[in-house]
Amino acid sequence: MKEYRTISKIAGPLVFVEKTEPVGYGELVNLALFDGSIKRGQVLDTSDQLVVVQVFETTAGIGKDTGVRFLGETIKMPVGREMLGRILSGGGKPIDGGPEIVPEKRLDITGAAINPYARASPEEFIQTGISTIDGTNTLVRGQKLPIFSGAGLPHNNIALQIARQAKALGSKEEFAVVFAAMGITKEEANHFMQDFERTGALERAVVFLNLADDPAVERIITPRLALTTAEYLAFDLGMHVLVILTDMTNYCEALRQIGAAREEVPGRRGYPGYMYTDLASIYERAGIIKGKKGSITQFPILTMPGDDITHPIPDLTGYITEGQIVVSRDLHRKGIYPPVNVLPSLSRLMNLGIGKEHTREDHKKVSDQLYAAYAEGNDLRGLVAIVGKDALSERDRMFLEFADLFENRFVRQGYNEDRTIFGTLDLGWDLLSALPVEQLVRIDRDLINKYHPKFRQQDAKAQG
Amino acid sequence: MEIEAKAAKGSGGVLKRIAGPVVTAVNIDAHMYDVVKVGHEELMGEVIKIQGNETIIQVYEDTSGIRPGEPVINTGLSLAVELGPGLLTSIYDGIQRPLSVLVSKMGDFIQRGVSAPGLDHQKKWEFKALVREGDTVLPGSIIGEVQETNIVHRILVPPNVAGGKVKSIRSGSFTIEEVICTLDSGTGLTMMQKWPVRVPRPVTEKMNPTIPLITGQRILDGLFPIAKGGTAAIPGPFGSGKTVTQQQLAKWSDAEIVVYIGCGERGNEMTEVLTEFPELEDPKTGKPLMERTVLIANTSNMPVAAREASVYTGITIAEYFRDMGYDVSLMADSTSRWAEAMREISSRLEEMPGEEGYPAYLAARLSEFYERAGRVKTLSGRDGSVSVIGAVSPPGGDFSEPVTQNTLRIVKVFWALDAKLSQRRHFPAINWLNSYSLYLDTLHDWYDKEVSPEWNVLRAWAMEVLQKEAELQEIVQLVGSDALPEAEQVTIEVARMIREIFLQQNAYDPVDTFCDMSKQYDMMKTIRSFADHAYAAQVAGVTPQQIIGIQSKNDLPQIKFIKDYRPELERIKNAMDSEFTRLRSSV
Repeated sequence: MKEYRTISKIAGPLVFVEKTEPVGYGELVNLALFDGSIKRGQVLDTSDQLVVVQVFETTAGIGKDTGVRFLGETIKMPVGREMLGRILSGGGKPIDGGPEIVPEKRLDITGAAINPYARASPEEFIQTGISTIDGTNTLVRGQKLPIFSGAGLPHNNIALQIARQAKALGSKEEFAVVFAAMGITKEEANHFMQDFERTGALERAVVFLNLADDPAVERIITPRLALTTAEYLAFDLGMHVLVILTDMTNYCEALRQIGAAREEVPGRRGYPGYMYTDLASIYERAGIIKGKKGSITQFPILTMPGDDITHPIPDLTGYITEGQIVVSRDLHRKGIYPPVNVLPSLSRLMNLGIGKEHTREDHKKVSDQLYAAYAEGNDLRGLVAIVGKDALSERDRMFLEFADLFENRFVRQGYNEDRTIFGTLDLGWDLLSALPVEQLVRIDRDLINKYHPKFRQQDAKAQG
Repeated sequence: MEIEAKAAKGSGGVLKRIAGPVVTAVNIDAHMYDVVKVGHEELMGEVIKIQGNETIIQVYEDTSGIRPGEPVINTGLSLAVELGPGLLTSIYDGIQRPLSVLVSKMGDFIQRGVSAPGLDHQKKWEFKALVREGDTVLPGSIIGEVQETNIVHRILVPPNVAGGKVKSIRSGSFTIEEVICTLDSGTGLTMMQKWPVRVPRPVTEKMNPTIPLITGQRILDGLFPIAKGGTAAIPGPFGSGKTVTQQQLAKWSDAEIVVYIGCGERGNEMTEVLTEFPELEDPKTGKPLMERTVLIANTSNMPVAAREASVYTGITIAEYFRDMGYDVSLMADSTSRWAEAMREISSRLEEMPGEEGYPAYLAARLSEFYERAGRVKTLSGRDGSVSVIGAVSPPGGDFSEPVTQNTLRIVKVFWALDAKLSQRRHFPAINWLNSYSLYLDTLHDWYDKEVSPEWNVLRAWAMEVLQKEAELQEIVQLVGSDALPEAEQVTIEVARMIREIFLQQNAYDPVDTFCDMSKQYDMMKTIRSFADHAYAAQVAGVTPQQIIGIQSKNDLPQIKFIKDYRPELERIKNAMDSEFTRLRSSV
């Protein structure tokens, strides 16, 4: 393999190499430094005159004397069953002191798009044990549901609680977890690792760690390595895989950094114009394939800069993912855990995974009613601030109280509290029973007669 | 230099540079928008720029691993779709490759370098000739038909073929490649024709849209109707129910043919469409909806250049069915992803960007696309139409961004989705204050004749009440509802009824998902009669609390979920009358 020493320009993470033999687009590159160390990169632009290489690590130490070798293939990830329980760097190298991974297969990390015709519709309910998710923003297998959070909010704990408690109803089968950290601090990473170890989840987890002080450009490949592994576990080995990607904001920052180094025309707020397509190539690697046993469910976590949901990162994410769980600073300040604000939260696949066959017949109606009542109560809070509680009608006062009740009993729960879906729905009914029956306009009469606590008791009495 | 030297020796076109989906080739004698085969794997691409000896090509497939020096072959043809029997029930990617064929050829994931014709060339169709030997046919004339599904597929003389006298024509069972008709000039016609996607198919004339496209959605048909052959935009922030609304339109609109383009959208959502449509029944024929549908699915992670092409592929297929004399409705979800595909390719071309990085020709492309909609007199003299409903996904829900703004300048109907409404589970979350339809005047006569002479009055009344409510709500926000004058408290209650009974509609309820015009009329009329009673009662001295406390109106929402609703509606109306009489006599 020919080694070139024709570097003409180095700018940020990019190295420009002149006059090479034809080099393939996306090809893997090794750069040999004078001290014998090797850095890796990938071809971003290739012509007979000039090849642009994006280096995954810092370009410190690269100079005109650096030898460049083109490896003739795109980036491949060695995967195998043994990966479970292992901790790898953001570039895919073992960092837990264990042996190298013996690959059963080497897979292209870009990953091809699943043919929409080959997908199976996700509809299997996942119980996370968290009421605000199970009850009102239901997760189903094969879904991608991000957590939109802000700096300093407990999104990591929510993700951990989900990873620990998630299971399909009536199945003991646990999820394999693929965890990819991008640019998070060592402390945060430790928090995850300790929890994985404490609960024994590490045995069925593959961890990729790109920490805050690791090269930013490496973050571009970390989620792709993780998802390639997940696809292998799901579609080759038939496991149900939960992928946690944190923090996607750091990933997007890295993307912007490369775009700037290439002097590309920037899109909104300096992020590259192709960010939607790029993010889609990550998020869309979730789902179920007809005739295959496994599934990939994604939980990307991102911190919204300035808690701004219209910022390009949450915005573009929301257009690709199937809903979002929004973590609220207000609720967090009130001391409520998990501080999930259900109003802007949404699960687009919820209707596929609930109802008689999946959870219970009253699920949708209860959820709609809770939403509507909470939204109304929440609106009234603004009014109370102006006119005072006394100016409200009796009806309005009930809705106002309902909003508090909802936050304190439905939203609030313990970090280790694992509620069943039936417990969650019954809790919903208990709260709704604080409102007059005729105000429950979203629920059919027969469901009210069957599940409303008041009528249930009468029923019991009549039978007794 | 080496490559250009090699190319000069006459070895054909050669790749010079590869940067993602945009590649540069030298030494191919190509025209703009010619289709070319790139590299050893013969990836499909299209010429988008010519500069000296260099030709810039957008490639419809992933270009990883392709090297400078690989060959490029020019086919000399524009990007075209195959049109003929077999289109209906098909599911295509952006460049008309059937996804089912791709699965059988390359498995569950989309690999590159596989070509697949848009139509099945082996399948035999029963062709029935409708012209005889010696008849004269013109471009666009109907020469025969095929019963494709429950839809009759009319076979046309391609618009780009000169007509003439029919020399021979035969009925029978043929593939789409076999010649079924020859003309005097020697031209042989088959059941298939090819048409370049970027060129609108010709028509005799464009006519004014005067018939509404009935969708069964109350807020659309009732308040903001779209005409057959019209254009509409649904802009909405994510999570506001844009896709559900689009799918409801695809399911229930009374077009004969539906073309649904999933352009840069979610894979799982397309799967939902793919699994749901074959099971759904067409309310008119009782046959699966799929039988009148063509789906184009180019999800967000499929190649970006094919996404750019998908919209043209879709509208060309729609025009083809229009030329048979059908009413076609086309949904594009989402045109923002299409615009983003243009932006991505433009930025790779290093073109000077316009607003927010979009190319300067964004507005021109959007208007060209929407202008392909319309109600027309076809070349064969029939009436046909293409209605285009485009979803727009404004970043951050900000309607001032270029795609939304350029779209609004062209389309005649605007259905403003509102995240606030969807958060409180008001569906369809279409904001009644911001939405508009410019077809109200042209459709006025139709509603007069087909629904009721009262309808236009009722509609205007409902809009007025809703507008009034919005003003009153501002006051309520400040002082509370008890401080309003009594008549206005009644107005608030009436507006609430219009919103909750008429505007809210449950897409997942088997009955409420589709509501025909006569039911819409009955519902609105009942609310109006409640309002008339209520205002009269209020003047007579009945308190607003008593009016709001009327029991019978609480049963009114149930009407939505009852198929044979008339007896129940009668009962409620009678109960309402007697309650009001009682209230007034007690004053």
